[in-house]
Amino acid sequence: MNAIVARGMSRRFGEVLAVDGVDLDVPEGIIYGFLGPNGSGKSTSIRMLCGLLTPSEGDIRVLGFDIPREAEALRRRLGYMTQKFSLYEDLTVTENLDFLAAVHGLYGRAWHRRREELLSRFDLGDIHRQLAGTLSGGQKQRLALAGGVLHEPSLLVLDEPTSAVDPQSRRDFWDTLFELCAAGTTILVSTHYMDEAERCHRLAILDRGRLVADGVPADLCDAVPHTVLRVAGQELQAVRAWLALQPGIASVTQIGDSLRVLAAPDTKPRNVEQAARAAGHAITATVTAANLEDVFVSTTRRPVVANGS
Amino acid sequence: MGARRLWAIMLKELRQLRRDRLTFGMIVGIPALQLLLFGYAISLEVKQLDAALLDQAHSAQSRQAAEMVAHSQVLNFVRVIDSPAEVEPLLRRGEVSAVVVIPRDFERRMQSGQPALQIVVDGADPAVQAAARQLAALPLPGAREVAPAIEVVNFYNPERRAAVATVPGLIGVILTMTMILFTAIAIVRERERGNLEMVMTTPIRPMEFLLGKLSPYLVIGLIQVSLVLLLGVLVFGVPIRGALPHVYLASLLFILANLALGILISTVARTQFQAMQMTMFLLLPSILLSGFAFPFAGMPRPAQWLAEALPLTHFVRISRSLILRAADLGDMASELAVLGVMALVFLLLALSRFHKRLD
Repeated sequence: MNAIVARGMSRRFGEVLAVDGVDLDVPEGIIYGFLGPNGSGKSTSIRMLCGLLTPSEGDIRVLGFDIPREAEALRRRLGYMTQKFSLYEDLTVTENLDFLAAVHGLYGRAWHRRREELLSRFDLGDIHRQLAGTLSGGQKQRLALAGGVLHEPSLLVLDEPTSAVDPQSRRDFWDTLFELCAAGTTILVSTHYMDEAERCHRLAILDRGRLVADGVPADLCDAVPHTVLRVAGQELQAVRAWLALQPGIASVTQIGDSLRVLAAPDTKPRNVEQAARAAGHAITATVTAANLEDVFVSTTRRPVVANGS
Repeated sequence: MGARRLWAIMLKELRQLRRDRLTFGMIVGIPALQLLLFGYAISLEVKQLDAALLDQAHSAQSRQAAEMVAHSQVLNFVRVIDSPAEVEPLLRRGEVSAVVVIPRDFERRMQSGQPALQIVVDGADPAVQAAARQLAALPLPGAREVAPAIEVVNFYNPERRAAVATVPGLIGVILTMTMILFTAIAIVRERERGNLEMVMTTPIRPMEFLLGKLSPYLVIGLIQVSLVLLLGVLVFGVPIRGALPHVYLASLLFILANLALGILISTVARTQFQAMQMTMFLLLPSILLSGFAFPFAGMPRPAQWLAEALPLTHFVRISRSLILRAADLGDMASELAVLGVMALVFLLLALSRFHKRLD
């Protein structure tokens, strides 16, 4: 059973085609990642799936509901965390949660029990009387997540949830996501961090509004149609310039004191070393396993613009 | 329509309002400031205008006449001039607003019943013209007593006190200013801050959201009405001749119409700045055309039609009748009905424009 099914999902803003014929199948009970650079159509896709934007074309079914027609019915079973902190900054942590609870029809003793549970689970107990606007990035993110799951949604949609938090908070956040997933929640999360993408059960890569890859991260890595080489040596800048001009080389990028090269599938490291020596470069080349960044580069044919804003 | 959800939105709105010092200050500050400004600074009676005296008769009687004019306190002689040629330059430079001219044949004119004393006034200033009319009624020594052909009997405001005529309409002006602005900003602010995107993914209903945001301001509007009435009575001695509950009920309907109009603006404007501009765009014609500042009957037809479309026009009529003329709601039924229809139309229009979508 799929939580999300989309066929030919497209969205046009004037002349710009922000999302272009995306097909999606998100199985229930997994963490599904949306990987792509800024402007690749992640947020637009997510908003269409939540019924916030009307698709220009295509069919969407989320939790069995026809979207956007049955968006209202979906909202009772959907938790949504926006990219920008969207709770009320001039309300306290508790006031924000109380408001959302009332809106979702939670009240009385049952809600108070649930609220205590949420405050302790998301480590908000000590700051429950603080105004949301005065919280740190990590605290805001925990509050937003608590607000998104207080009604125990079947589907949780998170739009770049970790863009404003430190690495430790990111780790804790992902631990929480796996707990929620283990409890049966389907999670759709967008990110432009490769390490976060690797944690997902399944992954879709979006580029310029198109779905360019879709699958389990390990399978996607195995399917990279290149030999990935790690090249070490002297004067790496000159080596890099020379390599980029060689036939069969798809991409070269520097990582620390070595180069990472996507070469044609049948490339032998020894052949590369010999060709380099003939050109006056002393290098050692070793074959290494493809990672998600290589998947991204090979599918989009352009370098990753990660860790951006 | 869920009562709990409605209450949750109202509670949230009140909590935010409590922490918003500026808005909170506006609730009390605007009415108090406006009332004192209009009550004290703006007066129907003109006093102590700077004037010049040109006495060409130089007689005991002409001096007596000049003194009488000075005693009326309408004019304050700051210059005495000798030649008619000096009159126009003085007025042109704005040094005086009026010149009293006593001609050489003053006595003869007085006896023959001809106009004896001439007051040249600066017609560029409407207030000065009013002063000239006051002076024209002044009896001069030695002139024959002539009973005026028309007697004016001033109902409801016999002392012609400005505050009495101003306060009922001013309640409407203040409510227009504050109520429209508060709700005009209300939804746009949530859109700008990103709150709306989150709210839209909850099961909240548009009607609950709009009414929940609007309701707290009904109470705030009534607080403002109380404040203006209280200050009007205590500071300016404005009589409240009609029944107080009627005044409040009529105000409540007017507040609702304004809040609904503000919400409608909020669904059209994209930014808070736009919302404020639109509010100002409405406020100016409301003040000028409603009959609050200038007589409604004196306006050209198209201006009157426009004025009929503004809630304030109807409220000024209602409020003056209820407060000063001791009318009751029944007397004003048709005006109240217009306000009610306006409130409903604005609200329905706002509702039709407010979608739980971003596109």
